[in-house]
Amino acid sequence: MLEQPIDNNTSSEVILIQQRDKWSWVYLKELWRYRELIVYLVWRDIKVRYKQSVLGVLWVLLRPFIQMVIFTIIFSNVAKLPSEGIPYPIFNYAALVPWIFFADTLSNATTSLVGNANMIKKIYFPRLVLPIAASFSSMVDFFISLSLLFILMIVYGVPFSLKMLLLFPLLLLAHVTALGVSLWLAPLNVQFRDVRLATPFLIRIGMWLTPVAYSSSSLPAPFDELYALNPMAGVVEGFRWAMAGAETEPGLAVFISVLIVLGVFVSGLFFFNRMESTFADII
Amino acid sequence: MKAIEVHNLGKQYNIAALKTKDNETIIESLVSAAQIPFRRARRLLSGNRTGAADLSEVFWALRDVSFEVERGEVVGIIGRNGAGKSTLLKILSRITEPSEGWARIHGRVGSLLEVGTGFNNELTGRENVFLNGSILGMKKGEIRAKFDEIVTFAGVEQFIDTPVKHYSTGMKVRLAFAVAAHLDPEILLIDEVLSVGDMEFQQRSLGKMNEVTQQGRTVLFVSHNMAAVQNLCDRVLLIKGGEIAASGPTDEIVQTYYDEMSSREPTSLAPADDNWKARYTSITLVNKDNQPADYFPMGEGFTIELEFETRVPLRNPSFGVIIYNRLGQNLLRLTTRETHGMMPMAEYGGKVRLTIDELHLLPEIYYIRVGLSESREQFVLVDDAAQFHVMPRAVYSTGKLPPKSRAIIFEECSWKYEYQ
Repeated sequence: MLEQPIDNNTSSEVILIQQRDKWSWVYLKELWRYRELIVYLVWRDIKVRYKQSVLGVLWVLLRPFIQMVIFTIIFSNVAKLPSEGIPYPIFNYAALVPWIFFADTLSNATTSLVGNANMIKKIYFPRLVLPIAASFSSMVDFFISLSLLFILMIVYGVPFSLKMLLLFPLLLLAHVTALGVSLWLAPLNVQFRDVRLATPFLIRIGMWLTPVAYSSSSLPAPFDELYALNPMAGVVEGFRWAMAGAETEPGLAVFISVLIVLGVFVSGLFFFNRMESTFADII
Repeated sequence: MKAIEVHNLGKQYNIAALKTKDNETIIESLVSAAQIPFRRARRLLSGNRTGAADLSEVFWALRDVSFEVERGEVVGIIGRNGAGKSTLLKILSRITEPSEGWARIHGRVGSLLEVGTGFNNELTGRENVFLNGSILGMKKGEIRAKFDEIVTFAGVEQFIDTPVKHYSTGMKVRLAFAVAAHLDPEILLIDEVLSVGDMEFQQRSLGKMNEVTQQGRTVLFVSHNMAAVQNLCDRVLLIKGGEIAASGPTDEIVQTYYDEMSSREPTSLAPADDNWKARYTSITLVNKDNQPADYFPMGEGFTIELEFETRVPLRNPSFGVIIYNRLGQNLLRLTTRETHGMMPMAEYGGKVRLTIDELHLLPEIYYIRVGLSESREQFVLVDDAAQFHVMPRAVYSTGKLPPKSRAIIFEECSWKYEYQ
C-alpha cells in the first residue's frame, strides 16, 4: 500500500491506495514512523491511571499482596505445599509479580482496539500501535510491585544475588508472550465482543496452569515436563529462581518457551496485519 | 503535477455482516460458519453459477469514482447525506480500504475527519495538544514550535494547564480545532469540521482555512456549508448515490446542487384550501421488515401506507398511486379501481395499504403521486407526496448494472449461445 518515492523532484512520498493483498516490510517502517505516537499513548494511559487517586498506587501493591496472603493461608498453612527452600510468601509473591504483569498486559492489549474505536474510525495510523502501546502500560505497575518483593525479601531474610538481573530478559519474555497472544485476540475481539468477556476467564485458568501457587516439581511426571509448553511457566519459575533463589532452575523449558512465544508472536503479526483493513468498517 | 489520482474507486459494504455484529457471539458465528458449506451447496444446486456469497445485502457506498486533483487545487466535495463523501475521504485517508479501484497520493497527507479525536478529559489542555497533535501525525518538535499559536487561536491561554474536563464544550472544541488547523501537510483532507464553535470562531476557522489554501496546499474539502465551499474552493465534485454526478467550477456545481435539493422536497399532503371533501393525512413507505424506509434494494417491493379522512361518505372510492421518475415519466399506475376492484364505503376515513411484491426498477430516485377519487370526482391528486430510492444490488452474476440513463427497469434473465 505504501510505495517508495518515485518522484525525484520533491522529497515527498507517494502512497498507493488499493485493496491490500499481501504483507509488506514497509508496514514495519510505517510503525517506526509512528513510534512517537506509541510513546504518547503509553504516557497517556499511565498518566490517566495515576491522576485519579493516591490509592491507585497503593492498589497496585495491594492486589498481589492480598492474593499472596490468601494463597499462603490456603496452600502453605492448610495444604502445606512445599516451596522449594524459600518461605512460601516469597515463593508465591515472586511468581505473582510477573504473572500479574502478563495478565494485565494481555488484557489491556486485547481490548486496545475496541477501546480506541473512535481513533480507528477517524484517523490513520498503523493499528499495531494500539496493542503495542497498551502492552507497556502495566510496566510501571510491575516495577512498583517489584519493590514490594524486595521489601518482603529483606523482611524474610532472603539473600539478594546477581542472578536478579535476569529479571529483565524474563520480563521481556513475558511481555512478548502477552503481546503475541493479544495480536490474535485483539482483532477477534473487534469482530466478536465476547472475547473480552472470555479473556479474564482464560487468564484465571491460565494462572492455575502456571506454577504460581505451587511448584512444577511437585507435579507427577509427565506433567512436570509438559509444563515447558506454557511459556509463562518458564517465566514464572525462572523469575522465582532468579529473584529469590528457588530450587527449580530454568532449563530446556525456557528455551522451548522462547520458541513457542516467537511462533505465536510472528504468526500473530501476520494475522493482525491481515485483519487490520477490516477494523474501521466493523468496529 | 498531480497531487491526487483516483481511478474507479469503489467501496462495498456487506450490510448483512454489519447487522449482526453487535449481537454476535462466537457461538453464533461458529454455528453460522458451519452452515456455510450447506448454503453454498444449496445455491449451486439452485442455479447460481458461482455459488458466490449471498449478494442481496451488498451496498455500494462508492462506485466507479475517478478524478484527479492537481497540486495546489482546492476541491470541494458536496452532496446529500449518505451520498458517499465521507467514505471517499476515509479511503483516501487510509482508514478503510477500497473494494475496487485504486488511488495515488503524492505528498504528505493530513486528514481532518473529526475534531478532538483522542482528547482525554483527565489530561490538561497542554497535554491534550501534544497528544492530539501526535495522533494527527505531528512530530513533537513541530507541536512545540506551534504550541503558542495553537493556544492563542483557541483562546484558552488562561486554562491551558487545567484538565480538559473543566472546559466548556466550546473551549474543548476550539482547542481541538486549533490543533488540527495547524497541521502542516502537503495534502489536506477535511470532512465538515468547520461548523464548530460560535459564529465568531467559525469566522476565524474559515479565515484560517483560507490561509491554508493560499499557501499552495492541495485540499479536498467535504462540506454542507455552501458558503464555505464557494469561499474556498476552485472546483467542486457533486457526489450522488456513491458516484460523481457532476464536476466543474464551484459556482456552477453549487447551483446544480441547489436545484436538485430545492425542487424536490416532498410536497405536503395538506390541501390548498379548506374546501376539501376528502384528503390524505399521511403517507408512509414501509419496507419488507415492516420498518419505515425511503430506500429499498433493487427488486424488493415495499408497502405504501396512506391515511385518509373524508367529510362526505365515499360510496365507491378509488385510491391510487403513481410512481414516476425524474424525467416525469409515469412508470407505474396502481389504483384500486384498476388493480383491486370495488372498495367498501368509507364514511369517516381510515387507512389503506398498497403492497408491491417486487419492483424491478433500476437504482434511482423515484417520486410518488397519490390520488383519491370517486366515479367522476377527483378529490385528491398530489404530486411528489413521497420519494424513495432504489439501492443498487448485484442482481446479475457479473456484478454489473446497466448505466442509469440507458434503461429504467430490469429483469433477471439468462443467455445462451452457439458459435460457429
